[in-house]
Amino acid sequence: MKSILNIAQIWYNELRTILKDQGIMIFILFVPLAYPLLYSYIYTNEVVREVPVAVVDECGNALSRELLRKIDATPDVDIVAYCNNMAEAQEFLKEQKTYGIIKIPASFSKDLYNGEQTHLGVYCDMGSMLYYKAILLTATNVSLEMNKDIKVERHIPGTTHKQEDIIKMPVEYDYVPLYNPQSGFAAFLIPPVLLLIIQQTIFLGIGMSMGDSRERYMGSVIPFNKWYKNPVHIVFGKGLPYLVLYILLAVYMFVAVTKIFTLPQLGDYWTFIAFIVPYLLSCIFMGMVLSSFVYRREDCIMLFVFMSVPLLFMSGLSYPGASIPDFWKYISYVFPSTFGTNGYVRITAMGASLYDVKAEYCALWIQAGIYFSIACIYYRHQILRLVKKIKPT
Amino acid sequence: MAYKSIYRRVTAISRREIGIYSKRPLFLFCLIVAPVLCVVFFVTLMGQGLPTKLPAGIVDEDNTQISRIIYRTIDAMEETELKYSYSSFSEARSAMQRGEIYAFFYIPEGTTEEAIANRQPRISFYTNEAYLVPGALLMKDLRTASELSGLAITRENLYAHGLTESQAMGVIQPIVIEAHPLNNPELDYSVYLNNILLPGIFMLLITLSTTYTIGLEWKQGSQKQLYAMAGGSPSVALVGKLMPQTLLFSLMFVFCDIYFYKFLQFPCNSGLFSMIMLGILTVLASQGFGVFLFGIFSGNMRLAMCICSLWGILSFSLAGFTYPVMAMAPGFKLLSWLFSLRHYYLIYVNQALNGYSLAYVWTSVLALACFAVLPLLVLRRYQTAFLKYKYQA
Repeated sequence: MKSILNIAQIWYNELRTILKDQGIMIFILFVPLAYPLLYSYIYTNEVVREVPVAVVDECGNALSRELLRKIDATPDVDIVAYCNNMAEAQEFLKEQKTYGIIKIPASFSKDLYNGEQTHLGVYCDMGSMLYYKAILLTATNVSLEMNKDIKVERHIPGTTHKQEDIIKMPVEYDYVPLYNPQSGFAAFLIPPVLLLIIQQTIFLGIGMSMGDSRERYMGSVIPFNKWYKNPVHIVFGKGLPYLVLYILLAVYMFVAVTKIFTLPQLGDYWTFIAFIVPYLLSCIFMGMVLSSFVYRREDCIMLFVFMSVPLLFMSGLSYPGASIPDFWKYISYVFPSTFGTNGYVRITAMGASLYDVKAEYCALWIQAGIYFSIACIYYRHQILRLVKKIKPT
Repeated sequence: MAYKSIYRRVTAISRREIGIYSKRPLFLFCLIVAPVLCVVFFVTLMGQGLPTKLPAGIVDEDNTQISRIIYRTIDAMEETELKYSYSSFSEARSAMQRGEIYAFFYIPEGTTEEAIANRQPRISFYTNEAYLVPGALLMKDLRTASELSGLAITRENLYAHGLTESQAMGVIQPIVIEAHPLNNPELDYSVYLNNILLPGIFMLLITLSTTYTIGLEWKQGSQKQLYAMAGGSPSVALVGKLMPQTLLFSLMFVFCDIYFYKFLQFPCNSGLFSMIMLGILTVLASQGFGVFLFGIFSGNMRLAMCICSLWGILSFSLAGFTYPVMAMAPGFKLLSWLFSLRHYYLIYVNQALNGYSLAYVWTSVLALACFAVLPLLVLRRYQTAFLKYKYQA
């Protein structure tokens, strides 16, 4: 009973600190509420359409114009300029009015009539991979389509439509992009970013409150108060307000953000809740451990904010996890976000059950346990130091 | 004030500033350790260039010689490694949900038989687009394999009719796409991302350290002393205070440029000098932005730092190097002008990557210069801040 009272008192104190501090409120309330919406809105178009390209048609007859018409008709590429030579087309590239050049050689139709291969030049600005992907994919698709027609019309005519079909495609194939049917950018980036926001803002919030207490109590992380005697009570009491708040915020992200921006949502609600609890716990306890480095309220901004970018890459979502060097893979196991983002993406976008993410799920509990112990040891150490300091006086 | 006395005051303030750094490990961390660590992290993370050997699976229900040829074709591709073989479709799907593979290829029973009998069999492949980069890379390989398996059958037929190889190729693939990814021919992800990510992290750290170090004066109540040292001129105080960081971060950019363009041989078609100049301009722009923000919030250090970090993190999205600005929701194209990383990106693409004339991006150079002189707008506010404001907790 006494311990519950103790925890409640510490919880109340922590809550009061949070509510009074504008800086903490920005990070643990404004950012988790607004940033998911902002990010989702930025990427709401999901895919890049109508990438502007210039064409140089050195052949200039019906066949080459047919090819260009087909390219222009695709959703991903938009022909904005017809140029006489490469120099002219390059000028468009330099001005960033187009991001690619498609060059049809002078021998284009001659080659085709002679039954020889002809080479279509596709030049792309490499400032962004998505331009390259859009332009190259479109050119490839159109060329494959035309190749099939040429094959049937000029070389191997069929006697019936069905036969022509079979000659065109002796083996048919289907391409099924799973879990993100339009290969959209938001559907891929937002889920891991949501979980990363949770971790980073927890770190910032806890760090700030720690800095606050250090500033107020002459460098001590524990207020001079009879409630703060048992390290386990301190860790629980301090963690509780964050846990409650972040469960609500996580549900908001899982339900509202995903629904408003129609991100992939195959996940089961209770699977998500079961998964998010160990994630929040390990974030909170790790936040407590990390904030031992925070001596001033503002220090934690310097320490934690820039880490978000490396952490996103370390999680193996934006850069394939299979290609991450082993050393960094082991380092990444230190952070809850690595397991959190991977597990969450699988639950929400791919409809995985807890059993499917059991490796991540267990890892998060282990992390929570380890960081809880370190946090307790840290606070115990601090209490002993405080007692030693006070005793002589 | 005479030129000489200004010089003396600035050096005196700078010396005092370095004294402050030497007492705080946090500065050591943010000014040197963090940037260097980020460079090492990102360069080693993407040391491979283009991710290769991504794990994929295959479900071969046909199990004939032909299906094994498809298997070998896929396995020989650069980006794909057929790591697992599954006996059924649902097994492969759940492996995908567990995150073992990013894609799988499905050859149903009877494929070979139907192909030989001209009955147009259907094969398929599935990619996990929740992981966009590996999904897209594998899609390319698996699609090529699918196309090839159909073409191979036609080619064998044509050979049987006595056509030579080049004649046969002229029939089955008359139009060939020649891709020219300009100036990054290997699609090196390290070149593509590190050139922007690292300057972005530097800029974030610069703006944060600017507001932090200025704010510290108010926090410690030493702003009056600084004001006196500067002879009552806020501009002298700020120049003196920020000079050590300007030099340090400029050196960091120089080091980074030399490392990228000389040691790692990233494309640098503009010459090293212009990239170094861009680095220095970027340092000034970021500092200018930091000073401006602190001035706007007239001494509320925490709020200024919050805005800095929110702005800085957002700039990675709005720079438009991963997802192009033109494809974002309307309005963001204009908004992106307010992010200095966006301008850095545009100038980098124009200079180092493509080696065009600077005249094409003069607006971005001007924009960065504007960021650098932003503090002029708030000098008067600093004057009042020095005289009146106290640290706001």
